[in-house]
Amino acid sequence: MSYYHIEKEENELLARVEEISGEIVTLCEQCGICTTSCPMAEEMDFTPAAIMHAVKIGDRAVLDSKAIWICASCFTCTVRCPRGIDLAKVTEALRQIHLRKNKDYINLEEVKEEELEEDLPPIAVVSALRKFTG
Amino acid sequence: MEVAYYPGCTLKTHAKEFEKAAMEAYKAIGIELKELDKWYCCGTVYSLAKDNIMYKVASIRNILNAQKEGFDYLVVLCSMCYNTLKQAQEFIKDESNLARIKAFMDEEEYKGIEVLHGLELLKDKMEEIKKTVKKPLGKKYAAYYGCTLLRPKSIAIDSYEKPAIMENLIEALGGIAVEWPLKNECCGSYNIITNREAVVERVYHIIENARRNGAEAIVTSCPLCYFNLKECQKDVKKHYPGFEEMPLYYYTELMNEAFDGKFDKGENNKES
Repeated sequence: MSYYHIEKEENELLARVEEISGEIVTLCEQCGICTTSCPMAEEMDFTPAAIMHAVKIGDRAVLDSKAIWICASCFTCTVRCPRGIDLAKVTEALRQIHLRKNKDYINLEEVKEEELEEDLPPIAVVSALRKFTG
Repeated sequence: MEVAYYPGCTLKTHAKEFEKAAMEAYKAIGIELKELDKWYCCGTVYSLAKDNIMYKVASIRNILNAQKEGFDYLVVLCSMCYNTLKQAQEFIKDESNLARIKAFMDEEEYKGIEVLHGLELLKDKMEEIKKTVKKPLGKKYAAYYGCTLLRPKSIAIDSYEKPAIMENLIEALGGIAVEWPLKNECCGSYNIITNREAVVERVYHIIENARRNGAEAIVTSCPLCYFNLKECQKDVKKHYPGFEEMPLYYYTELMNEAFDGKFDKGENNKES
């Protein structure tokens, strides 16, 4: 099956991601500069370029990836994308698809007490809650 | 010169030493940081979803408070707060965005406030800083910018790929600023909550890179970078035997140290 046989109208994932992010994902030409720039790429199951490709072809497996939760929104891919795509907004949209269905990525009740005792700075906790809960 | 100052949650709790040093250091070069009478948490991260207006309201209220208190500029020291507030300021530069926000707020008319990071205030003050130095630093420092001072491009306080503002400060304080490639790389940020091991790896690479390029200490303005780089060094040691800890400083601490020579270097970097 050729990936590009999926028409844009049939690609619900692409439509939803473009709606939430405001970005035109189909501009991506898979040059891979995002992946080579990404400091977290080694930790990911879908590299940034693979995320873009998956959205473009409507591969919903990307929604179950670890990668969308590992992205730290550092904007390195965003400032380097030669097509001007704000990839940080694309991964945010993928997270939002979950969070808007009340599917949080972290459950505060499961946070261990010793982790809180570590005296985490408020900006760490608040930013994680903003990114990982709806 | 008196400027409005937005502290944010972390400078009142975890990074008190950053604020305390800032108050003294800026005063020494004639800048009074006047804390806003009223401020709220900025939200820490700027929402990247096109339709999420609610997450932007707190930041915009803070900007309006600065206006209400009669200021044209709002100075922020925490890098994450700076990023969030500055992106919010950029957002309401657009008339149609401002109109959408107004539907949620009763505050007065917005006239335009410029959000600035504390480092930006120092750009034109280098000569004054040099004159204020009593005890030149001498050591070699790696300026660590991380992400939130430089990206996205619209909010960058300096060149987003090749910043020099902190290096210039280090040199003005009589220190040696080393050149190193990872100065604007992400430390892993809030992954510290969900994916600590990944942050530990980042911290190892960042610190070793600074060391290989000659640094004896790392300087930052982000309390989350500071926390990650400092706390994770203990974990790094477990993974990489032989790893030696590297001290961390907020840039305001270095200013104080050079200005009065009394700053206790050991106080913030005690081994625990």
